[in-house]
Amino acid sequence: MTGTAVARGAITGSGEPAQAAAGEPLLRVEDLQVRFRTAAGILPAVDGVGFELRSGETLGLVGESGSGKTVTSLALLRLLESPPAEIRAGRVLLEGRDLFTLGEREMADVRGRDASMIFQEPMTSLNPVLSVGYQIAEPLVRHLGMSQAAARARTVELLEQVGIPNPARAAADYPHRLSGGMRQRVMIALAIACKPKVLVADEPTTALDVTIQAQILALLVDLQQALGMSMLLITHDLAVIAETAHRVAVMYAGRIVEIAPVEAIFGAPRHPYTKGLLRSIPRIERTRESMLPEIPGTVPSLAALPPGCAFVDRCPRALERCRTDRPELAAMGHGHRASCWNPADA
Amino acid sequence: MTDAPAIAASLATAHESQARRVLKRFVHHHLALVGGCVVLALCLAALFAPAIAPHDPIRLDTSFRFLAPFQNPAYLLGTDELGRDTLSRLLYGGRISLTVGLVAMATTVLTGAVIGIVSGYLGGWVDTVLMRFVDTMLCFPQVFLLLVVAAFVPPTLLSISLIIGLTSWMEVARIVRSEILHLKQQDFVQAARALGAGGGRIMFRELLPNTMAPILVAATLKVAGAVLMESYISYLGYGVQPPLASWGNMLTNAQGYFDTVPWLAILPGVMITCTVMGFNFLGDGLRDALDPRLRMEG
Repeated sequence: MTGTAVARGAITGSGEPAQAAAGEPLLRVEDLQVRFRTAAGILPAVDGVGFELRSGETLGLVGESGSGKTVTSLALLRLLESPPAEIRAGRVLLEGRDLFTLGEREMADVRGRDASMIFQEPMTSLNPVLSVGYQIAEPLVRHLGMSQAAARARTVELLEQVGIPNPARAAADYPHRLSGGMRQRVMIALAIACKPKVLVADEPTTALDVTIQAQILALLVDLQQALGMSMLLITHDLAVIAETAHRVAVMYAGRIVEIAPVEAIFGAPRHPYTKGLLRSIPRIERTRESMLPEIPGTVPSLAALPPGCAFVDRCPRALERCRTDRPELAAMGHGHRASCWNPADA
Repeated sequence: MTDAPAIAASLATAHESQARRVLKRFVHHHLALVGGCVVLALCLAALFAPAIAPHDPIRLDTSFRFLAPFQNPAYLLGTDELGRDTLSRLLYGGRISLTVGLVAMATTVLTGAVIGIVSGYLGGWVDTVLMRFVDTMLCFPQVFLLLVVAAFVPPTLLSISLIIGLTSWMEVARIVRSEILHLKQQDFVQAARALGAGGGRIMFRELLPNTMAPILVAATLKVAGAVLMESYISYLGYGVQPPLASWGNMLTNAQGYFDTVPWLAILPGVMITCTVMGFNFLGDGLRDALDPRLRMEG
């Protein structure tokens, strides 16, 4: 991630993100379990994930590919295709209302109005044959009951708000005429159109150039502050997390292994996996000769997870107990929790 | 990927609309252009038939029977066995044929598109049931099906059109279904769901516009098919009833005199051929012009 140095510098510019808004959790996920029925067997993609998202807060969800980040985010809004996916257990409470008990129609009312989502691929996430303005106006008409004329006017305002030059012109344009960065701005305009309380951003910058990434992240942070939204930011890019998140949850093999305020994750990680992740970030000051450290081994297959800690075979601090007993998330002080029998020193 | 300034510039300079590029490619397709012109001419002729036609198409003039074309300037294309003006009958017959063609096409496209979308989007048992129904419909030869139904339903313009339309939508349903199967996997469908769109909205507002190109092509080809079908059943006596003229029943009347006055059969035959070929060329041209793989290029 060559963006780290840049991103680190940018933090100081946008103020210290660690001042998370305190208060009642807006979104509360409890013991979420999702599994996939495949030809290869039943895969527990998400196994007992739980976290809270407070009002106005950004929670970063980090992990490697296949660690269950995206499945978690899709499960929150009940967007998983079922079959093959199956939500086995868990609750998702948005302002105290359990989304898993809602009817399909009520759920559709929640999506886009109370909680909306932006995706990784701006190139394909917009309908190619509908104009940008039409696509943004749609949720306004549907969720807020706006008239077509009012929705059109609001659409131009929204496009302006997400920093699109000549918004009136862009509203009449079709997605294929816009660059990736511009399309992601349009997606953001779509997602915030109804002023949702929660925005789920699934790798919003992964498909973009580094320079555009910084712009889009800055835009998301600005909008979040302006609208007082909570954001669940899913990424595998620690630089992005460092720049935007208040708290961080680290996922590994379908479970959260560590969750803590952002400065604690970067300053004093307790879980050996988090430590390994941070060590493997390239730094500009590192001399050319020294090798980039990596975590030895590979992620275990979901079909054959060990009975104990999933990270045990790659862990430098593994104990005998780690092979047999699965560690649960345990409090380590100051809102810091990690699931490890032999955590690193603070 | 340059951002704001470059985009603004590109927007300002070459703002060529989608429709214009499709039109451009269409015009470069010569056969399609010819087809389009023929179709346009036929439609105009049918539309303004009362103004253009020199005579009443059902008025008899027994003193001028079996006139050959260009024999009498008052009857430019000759007269039939009852002394009716062939040119006027062709013009009014065109009205009937094109009306049947267009109404049948609309029925076909509407039925086919709805069944295709629902089947493809919902999948599962709905898909299975609908597609087996399509298979069943395809088992019967269309002409046979048409004649059976036409024997029970009194032949009016509307009933003929509907019968033709309701026996030829299966192909459209299959085309649309396969398009939907491919489209529903795309990210924008999930994005629309994530913003609160329900099934109906996704099917008809998000997916349907994406299938317009193949539907449009199928539609033009279906007009040609329906015109031909109308001729078949009128020729067999189940369609448009005399004295109303249609190209099909003009052919029926002509068959008794084919060895002596062949032009009575040739003229409506040429009209049918022109119409069918015109719509087919138009459809082929539209297919090429709307091809999504070409659409992405400048």
